Amino acid sequence: MLIDKDKIKHTAKLARISLEEKQIDSLSKDLSNIFNFIEKLSNINTDKVNPLTSILDQGLRTREDKVTDGEIRDKILENSPSKNEEFFIVPKVIE
Amino acid sequence: MSDITNNSLTEIVELIKKKEIKSEEVTTAYINNIKKGKKLNSFISESFDIALKKSQIFDANPNFDSLLPGIPLAVKDLFCTNGVRTTAGSKMLENFVPNYESTVTANLWSEGAFLLGKLNCDEYAMGSSNETSFFGNVMNPVKENTVPGGSSGGSASALAANMTPATIGTDTGGSIRQPASFTGTVGLKPTYGLCSRWGIVAFASSLDQAGPMAKTVSDCALMLEAMSGFDPKDSTSINRKKENYSKKLTKNIKGLKIGIPKEYRVEGMPNEIEEIWEKGKKILKEEGAEIIDISLPHTEYALPTYYIVAPAEASSNLARYDGVKYGFRSSNGSNLIEMYENTRSEGFGDEVKRRILIGTYVLSSGYYDAYYLKAQKVRQLIKNDFDNAFIKVDAILTPSTPSAAFKIGEKKDDPISMYLNDIFTVPANLAGIPAISVPAGSDKNNLPLGLQLIGKPLGEQTLLNLALSIESKSNFTQNISKWWEK
Repeated sequence: MLIDKDKIKHTAKLARISLEEKQIDSLSKDLSNIFNFIEKLSNINTDKVNPLTSILDQGLRTREDKVTDGEIRDKILENSPSKNEEFFIVPKVIE
Repeated sequence: MSDITNNSLTEIVELIKKKEIKSEEVTTAYINNIKKGKKLNSFISESFDIALKKSQIFDANPNFDSLLPGIPLAVKDLFCTNGVRTTAGSKMLENFVPNYESTVTANLWSEGAFLLGKLNCDEYAMGSSNETSFFGNVMNPVKENTVPGGSSGGSASALAANMTPATIGTDTGGSIRQPASFTGTVGLKPTYGLCSRWGIVAFASSLDQAGPMAKTVSDCALMLEAMSGFDPKDSTSINRKKENYSKKLTKNIKGLKIGIPKEYRVEGMPNEIEEIWEKGKKILKEEGAEIIDISLPHTEYALPTYYIVAPAEASSNLARYDGVKYGFRSSNGSNLIEMYENTRSEGFGDEVKRRILIGTYVLSSGYYDAYYLKAQKVRQLIKNDFDNAFIKVDAILTPSTPSAAFKIGEKKDDPISMYLNDIFTVPANLAGIPAISVPAGSDKNNLPLGLQLIGKPLGEQTLLNLALSIESKSNFTQNISKWWEK
């Protein structure tokens, strides 16, 4: 299956990754090969198969709704590339 | 005393318990090896000061009633370590210092071990040769210019080169077992849910599982015992009593039924792989196991299924790297969207981008049913294959990899040929079942070859026992010349 340059550009936009023209070419080639390989799955009839959504026999546990951490704002902010005392800082989004 | 680092983990634990050696001496010996082993590039970060301090604290007031008393351990740089940089092999996390500890490393520390350093790996664990790491490729101590496998390549390399007495890795499609096979070491991927995923940098959450890598099967059992256990912080953690794998370890495998799946005999597989498989069958038979031919009919679909499911989950997991809360942020871009796009373009390497794009594509509108939903259905069929097989057999024996370790650069530009490395390891991840790789011999170039045993859910003890039989009868010897010290 051909994943052409337009499809790569659209997918990269969805994934929020900017690409140079040269990268778009090589990704188009790589992904086309990979999807040719993946295509094999269409050989199997799965009409009567339910999709596997969990490999565990157990269901998801619930827990009491109570705070177990908190008060760690400063620690969380430590790893931010741009911050002031209380907030993460991002480029301006409102004019 | 002769070089302590030639000993197994189990032997070192015994020596420490008998007070024949101090934790500080052990730690110093490993630090010296690490300093001499820079050429292998297996470490991303070293924490020698912390390790030495912890060893002195241990020696001053030793507690011998733990599984890993005074043992220094280096771990894959995918495990978050409190106060020690955790990169996942990516530029994106080059300067990320977690302020919390992953559950499995915390378990190891509570058994008396402490951190020696963080080991190189493929970027976000995406790779089978350790060539995708932002911090450079790792060399296989067995042979110069040869890959150690991946993604836990730094772990395998450091272990085989005596730079850590044992280690831990993560395995999403073979990332523990394939490097173990390539370096003549033992690697176990546990049942999904046996070891907590909390605090591990996520790749594909329904497949990721942490596990031990060690020089011997006994060491592997000891490490698994120390690192596993229920964790309320991981919603998929299995709530059950801890097993004493190392105490229950036995070579008595009489009467166990071992399946040989005919679908694992793939086209173009070297004779040496076939021979090592035959050797494994012969050993298990001689030790009293029964060999039974079985079929896992959907095996050929495992890898295509994996290359939909894993990238889909990765594209979702890696959406968090947006340059806002932590990690790298690009200085290019005039608005928020451009900042996101440039951050992710500059912060991720080629293989990670490739997989994010595959994943985004298969989940995108119009393609979801054809790819992702289809893959989930086939995944069910693959799981059914194993469920059916385990009615008849206790474990399954296969080669670990379709070839021995290859040269650096050999497969780098051909994603499909790189992906084919994981052809025998991926099915166990898709089915969530345990599997171990144990060295069983070498090829004509003296490169190690491993055998894989796949088990029932929570069948780790059976796998360890079978692996112990192979280990004791295969006459495999590690033949490492320490060429990197010259």
